[in-house]
Amino acid sequence: MTETQTSIMPLLEVCNLSISFTQYMEGLRQKSLQAISNLSIDVRAGEVIAVLGSSGSGKSLLAHAILGILPSNAMISGKMRYAGENLTPESQASLRGREIALVPQSISFLDPLMRVGEQVRPSMRNGNSSAIQREIFARYHLAAGTERLFPFQLSGGMARRVLVSIAAATNARLVIADEPTPGLHPTVVKETLAHLRELADEGDAVLLITHDIAAALEIANRIAVFYAGTTIEIALASDFSGEAELLRHPYSKALWQALPQNNFIPLQGSQPYPDALPPGCLFEPRCQLSSHECKAAQPEPRHLRGGTVRCFHAA
Amino acid sequence: MKNFDALSHPHRLTRLNRRQSTLIVISLSVIFLLGLLSGGLLTSDAGLSTNLTQRTLLPSLEHPFGTDWLGRDMLVRTLKGLTLSFGIGLAAATASALIALVLGLTSALAGRHADIVITWLVDLFLAVPHLVLLILIAFVFGGGTTGVIAGVSLTHWPALTRLLRAEVLQLRSADFVQISRRLGRSRWWVATRHLLPHLKPQLLVGFVLLFPHAILHEAAITFLGFGLSPHRPAIGVILSEAMRHLSAGSWWLAFFPGLALLVMVRVFDILGENIRLLLDPRTAHE
Amino acid sequence: MLLFLAGKTLRLLTLLVAVTALSFLLLSYSPIDPVRAYVGADMLKVGPEQWARIAEHWGLDRPPLERFTRWSLAVLRGDLGISMIFRRPVLEVISERFLASLALMLTAWIFSGVFGFALGVIAGMRQGTWTDRLIKWFCLMLASTPSFWLGLLMLMVFAVWLGWFPVGLGVPAGVLAHEVTLADRLNHLILPALTLSIIGVASVALHTRQKLVDVLASNYVLFARAKGESGLRLFWRHGLRNIALPVITLKFASLSELFGGSVLAEQVFSYPGLGQAAVQAGLRGDVPLLLGIIIFSALFVFTGNLAAELLCNLIDPRLRLKGNSFEKL
Repeated sequence: MTETQTSIMPLLEVCNLSISFTQYMEGLRQKSLQAISNLSIDVRAGEVIAVLGSSGSGKSLLAHAILGILPSNAMISGKMRYAGENLTPESQASLRGREIALVPQSISFLDPLMRVGEQVRPSMRNGNSSAIQREIFARYHLAAGTERLFPFQLSGGMARRVLVSIAAATNARLVIADEPTPGLHPTVVKETLAHLRELADEGDAVLLITHDIAAALEIANRIAVFYAGTTIEIALASDFSGEAELLRHPYSKALWQALPQNNFIPLQGSQPYPDALPPGCLFEPRCQLSSHECKAAQPEPRHLRGGTVRCFHAA
Repeated sequence: MKNFDALSHPHRLTRLNRRQSTLIVISLSVIFLLGLLSGGLLTSDAGLSTNLTQRTLLPSLEHPFGTDWLGRDMLVRTLKGLTLSFGIGLAAATASALIALVLGLTSALAGRHADIVITWLVDLFLAVPHLVLLILIAFVFGGGTTGVIAGVSLTHWPALTRLLRAEVLQLRSADFVQISRRLGRSRWWVATRHLLPHLKPQLLVGFVLLFPHAILHEAAITFLGFGLSPHRPAIGVILSEAMRHLSAGSWWLAFFPGLALLVMVRVFDILGENIRLLLDPRTAHE
Repeated sequence: MLLFLAGKTLRLLTLLVAVTALSFLLLSYSPIDPVRAYVGADMLKVGPEQWARIAEHWGLDRPPLERFTRWSLAVLRGDLGISMIFRRPVLEVISERFLASLALMLTAWIFSGVFGFALGVIAGMRQGTWTDRLIKWFCLMLASTPSFWLGLLMLMVFAVWLGWFPVGLGVPAGVLAHEVTLADRLNHLILPALTLSIIGVASVALHTRQKLVDVLASNYVLFARAKGESGLRLFWRHGLRNIALPVITLKFASLSELFGGSVLAEQVFSYPGLGQAAVQAGLRGDVPLLLGIIIFSALFVFTGNLAAELLCNLIDPRLRLKGNSFEKL
């Protein structure tokens, strides 16, 4: 994969997306949860961009926001553009399942009482849906009888292929894979990732949401590092190498250095909770480069060496 | 379709938060029930005596619920009836809860055989419709208060026993209980020190929620003529008498006492549900 | 499946034997003298000697164990004894009365099922809105409503005020049984069936609503929405499919409440069904009839539970196709 293969205009642009919820706490207080704050990302046709962040940090909400399926009490601000058009609830409703497809996390996202084939077919609204579904099952090496099975009868690997095939069956231009490889056998992981890469090579834009840095590096062109509800750096996958000297943000560097095959240096502390975000840079409390300006305000994203970073000190 | 609460832990904005409103609802329910109870206990029996000058009067300011064909004040009769229901509910709920606690603990702690026997007993008592069982037990006791209390108690323990047994089974496999057992603590020690404290909320909620069922069943069995003697001012008695005066158009004889019973049952229900909300950590955040 | 049925039958047998034995034992300790049931209104005309002879005739002078043995041997031959108040074989009384009750219960079962399901679906689909709150409130109130009181209200409104229906008696007084027309029967069925239906709506609606809310909060509905499904189509494809079975199961498993409700409704509307017979048998000490009804009601409840389990096993693919997964392709 080279830069030239990706088109210039992004298929999806997300600008300053914030999502918050209100939650009742112990006692009599209620708190606002800032799940995602000022997140910006762009996804281009023909590339895989990975959103890399630790488990349970609210990455899935990004996917739900793009698809327009957040719960009604979520408060959302910011801008999203798809193919140059602003995303509105109405346009999202017509895009999801046609232009934008989701590859979900696990088998629990399939209706337990519906045969698998039928769950793949509704995504297709034109042509002979059964024929297309069979063709796609064949492409993903799913035996002919698979369409008659119920989700609980699938093996882990088959389930994965079915989930990817649902996205493939839609002819979507944007595929969002939300943590598609949790706790799977390495060969299944490899296979699933290969399928996603294949979709990108065919011209789709693929947004891969994952906590698995190895998975991200294997297929992604670019990697957006997600921390405490925002992307603190968008780097080229190739930047993750050596002593991390090409990476821009101290957190990305720390992440890379913490890997066993690198220096295995653990990062102290933990991510702030969404109900108690620091006022300045979100990484400031754990950052060795922390200074006055870091405590005062959140750094705006700026371009640096072909990527984006939110850090006053990055150079 | 808008709400997908499982997606995150979002909660609707309301003016009062959940815990506050739960506490307020509990206090109001308790005040209401105590009010009913003291109303029934403190009102003199004067309204219950026959007064032939005041027969079959429509509801008025003087007699808000009207009077019956003997000139008795229906409000006083209703209040007395509810107090009686309350008493029987209390006795039956206490008895049921005790049986359920003992059987639930035994079932989960005293080994497989005890468990099989108790589970079978639960099934046995659920095998016959409650009302038929009530008729049987009331018949065996020859009617009267004892029969009603025994009947209502004996029909209500199985559900709570099941609940407690499941809870104990779950607790038993918890780490702290396992460790205690390894340390050589006796079953009894584990039951009283570890399990009882965890069961208290369940038991309290179960106890309060037994009331509405017990009260309704008491009224039903009395209405059918098995329970309390016709001279007691029970709601069931009042309603079954009222049935005979329906065709004369005396609607208030049945309407108000039944409505009062409904309200009391509903308040008990609300009280139980809110105590559950307050005590059960699993639903506290819903 | 055969093993399953065999196990169920065995369970039914042990439960039935226990229910019967326990009931018999309890009844034999009742202070109510069964002879009175037989003698009935002629009480004053019957002297002590005659009383003793009646007791002897019914075998009531024997010790309980012997009576039980004799009675159970008879039951095994299909003879439930003679009802003391109807002076006819218990089995005959039960089968006749049950047909009447069945008409009542079946009507109520279907109506409460259909309306309860509809209400539950509406509430669940509009969870958190005023519609939902109203339906929930209505159902919770219904659940606290004494069914016999609701019956009285029905009588008051429809029979006394509007005069649409007769006030009492299952068949018109003074008319011979075979002259009762179907229209008459229907006329007497409507109010009790309506009462039972309304009472039954609450639990079905609340259960349906809860199931639907759970389903709508599930991952697979979230994914279905991500695939562009919404509204009725989503409900049809995923909602209905996933709530239908639990709700139908609940309907079958709650025959016990239905039976109890019919006892009360029959009493209020003087409907000549099994429930009314049970009340009379209890009030007047007709031990053979009461025993027969206890056994029968246990069978009735058991059948419902069995039907519920069978349905689950036959319909739910997770149970039906257990152990039949991808390896067998």
